[in-house]
Amino acid sequence: MHELSLCRSLIDLLQQQAAVSHFSRVKQLWLEAGPLAAVEPEALKFAFTAASQGTLAEGAVLHLIECPGRAVCRQCGTESAITQWYQACPECGEYQLQVLSGEALHIRELEVE
Amino acid sequence: MCGICGCGQADEHLHSHNHAHDHTHEQGSEHASQAQRRLQVELDLFSQNNRYAEANRALFTARNLLVLNLVSSPGSGKTALLSETLKQQLGQLPVAVIEGDQQTHQDADRIRATGAQAVQINTGKLCHLDAHMIGHALEQLPELSDGILYIENVGNLVCPAGFDLGEAAKVVILSVTEGDDKPLKYPDMFHAARLMVLNKIDLLPHVDFDVDACIEYARRINPDIQVIQLSARTGEGVSDWLHWLNHQRQQQIAARVERLENELHKLKAQL
Repeated sequence: MHELSLCRSLIDLLQQQAAVSHFSRVKQLWLEAGPLAAVEPEALKFAFTAASQGTLAEGAVLHLIECPGRAVCRQCGTESAITQWYQACPECGEYQLQVLSGEALHIRELEVE
Repeated sequence: MCGICGCGQADEHLHSHNHAHDHTHEQGSEHASQAQRRLQVELDLFSQNNRYAEANRALFTARNLLVLNLVSSPGSGKTALLSETLKQQLGQLPVAVIEGDQQTHQDADRIRATGAQAVQINTGKLCHLDAHMIGHALEQLPELSDGILYIENVGNLVCPAGFDLGEAAKVVILSVTEGDDKPLKYPDMFHAARLMVLNKIDLLPHVDFDVDACIEYARRINPDIQVIQLSARTGEGVSDWLHWLNHQRQQQIAARVERLENELHKLKAQL
């Protein structure tokens, strides 16, 4: 359910951006969501449809950009891709991965008019 | 701030660089206010919450408060643990509680029964506390300083993980009547927490809960997580928790003293 409050924040951010960049409608937006971001992409899309009703982003298409997560093993130093919190290091098998990226939840691009 | 080039969030970039995602590019028109155009932006969905969280954190620092965000599933014994904690701490140092629940004032009433100050936030349909709500709750605790503020989050092992309230640390409470594999099932929360409290250990003989496995699962998610086993009901292990709290507070004060000494040193050098 917190996807809805994040989408309300998103609409606020779009309104602030609209004032600065002089646009009145958002037609499409591209969201970068890391595999470790605490959101479910489909729930986010659903919540966005609800939260954007009657706003400058009503009817806008939300695209998701997949961005890979990376982690480094504290045991052996190997860097690897990570898709969930409890992954073992593919090199040494230890559960000692320190996450480097994958928690992002950013709007990267807008198509506006 | 824009993470791409370090400019202000308001800046927009011409669409000239390569993209990892595929979509067609449409040339912007001279009459940009009416025509469709593309903007490169960096809008963090958590940024609004994080701004409020940083404001809260600055206030906590100024008031020399240790603030802990207590998270768990419903029924883990957060309020019982807090009641026991407050009974031990009241009269020794200033303590207060912000209670988050969807409905009712029952938890705040239980806390007030100990003699401590409590502010209840009812989140209604919302599944978590956010930093903005905490900022307003603080208005009701104007005198609180030089002590500990506990924030009892909504009973939910999912959503509160993502929302920074400005706290020094999250403490996740797991009772042994729940599954020992909860850290694997709800990894975000165990990743976000500094301490895992295993509560209701007096019930261990009656339940099928493997303490060692649970701790091992939690450390797969978060190798640094600390663990305390206790029973808020019998009092077993509660002294470990009180010791941990005192240690956190001492560390926070020591860090502040170091910052202030550095600042003092710099100012003296200018005399």
